[in-house]
Amino acid sequence: MPADERLTVKFWGTRGSIPVAMTSAEVRRKLIAALLRASGRTLDTPEKAAGFLERELDFAVSHTFGGDSSCVEIVTGRRDYVLCDLGSGARVFGNDVLATRGPSGNTFHAFMSHPHWDHIMGFPFFMPAYTSGNRIRIYGCHADLEEAFRGQHAAPSFPVEFSRLPAAIEFVRLEPERDYEIEGLRVRPKLQHHGGDSYGYRFQVNDKVVVYSTDAEHKLDDLAEIRSFADFFRDADLVIFDSQYSLAETTSIKEDWGHSSNVVGLELCQMARAKRLCLYHHEPVSDDEQIAALLAETRRLEEITRGDRRVEILAAFDGMEIAL
Amino acid sequence: MDLRQKRYADTVVLSPVGRIDHSTSEGFKAALAPYMARCAVGLDRVLLDFVSVEYISSVGLRVLMLASKQAKTQGGSLGVAALQPAVKEIFDISRFTMVLDVFPSVREGLARLSPPALAAFDAG
Ligand SMILES: [Zn+2]
Ligand SMILES: [Zn+2]
Repeated sequence: MPADERLTVKFWGTRGSIPVAMTSAEVRRKLIAALLRASGRTLDTPEKAAGFLERELDFAVSHTFGGDSSCVEIVTGRRDYVLCDLGSGARVFGNDVLATRGPSGNTFHAFMSHPHWDHIMGFPFFMPAYTSGNRIRIYGCHADLEEAFRGQHAAPSFPVEFSRLPAAIEFVRLEPERDYEIEGLRVRPKLQHHGGDSYGYRFQVNDKVVVYSTDAEHKLDDLAEIRSFADFFRDADLVIFDSQYSLAETTSIKEDWGHSSNVVGLELCQMARAKRLCLYHHEPVSDDEQIAALLAETRRLEEITRGDRRVEILAAFDGMEIAL
Repeated sequence: MDLRQKRYADTVVLSPVGRIDHSTSEGFKAALAPYMARCAVGLDRVLLDFVSVEYISSVGLRVLMLASKQAKTQGGSLGVAALQPAVKEIFDISRFTMVLDVFPSVREGLARLSPPALAAFDAG
């Protein structure tokens, strides 16, 4: 990436555990809220209506966080694509590539946190895999990563065998706590607590750092572990963090379920002096109001616990882009 | 961490002071342990007076969760009272108000935990 170009992160899937879709009841609630806010207003052109939506409605009324499972793109300015995870958001991403760049001649580098279904389920619907002339490199630290991908394509679960995909697909095994240079990025994987293990990735290009850390539970009484994650997040411009549960849940009924909370994400980012914390892997039960409330509460927590430095808090939504 | 303690009938009121974070939570846990060992059916009830606690981090909240679990398995009662506004917000945001018994004041905590303790408190 040329030094003057900005690193951009695009979110294609932000939901945890399983994709969800907005229900008719939720659409109706949003419409009623919007129409009530618009009453007495003259919104007689698309421009006026759009302006009203952007300026006067809450995000949870005028938008949705979306329901696709984990898939994040790191846009480096180079020709190859870089992704984290291939959840159902990868389907939408693949279709976008087809529309903007054409069906063939593309290379994809996908860094896999782990082979749980919500992180690989987009691949059978990833259209670039169905065209020869595309190259797909799938990186990860799990020995059984390739097996997981092949398994979900096998009968009786899916009609097209993995071996019949026309794209050139390679699996690249990485080791944690080692630096790699891939597509202009310095990449470092780190082992995380999760059922069957998961790995976070620290990406650095020029002076910009993005950390992708999902499906990770943090053992709060293990100070060495907490410090090692603070180091992993150190001075990051953006930390994408699994905040699926509340802190109370992760220390009680959902202890050892392998996920973390907004509170722990903020504490780690404060220790690490990271610039931005992005809440990610949203609980499938949460609706838009609940995720918006989680964001507002996390911003408030940051305010009341702030030291000499502010951490900007974001909540990922499908379609969100952050320029660093 | 020093815990000031005061007894009202069958209830011990413990008062931690300052910040409960990564550097102090182990001390807080150790100071709490002997009281939690006696927080059982037929023995003591424990009320934590948080009026002098300025901040509590996730690891401190985890100590409270473990103490609460211990109290439950022993058939005892544990409450937390008199949170400063910022600490109350931390409890709300972390959802600890949903899993711990939190009271606006020590008196209200005693009223719920033990009528004899409330009588002793009101008697001064
Ligand atoms: Zn997941
Ligand atoms: Zn998982």
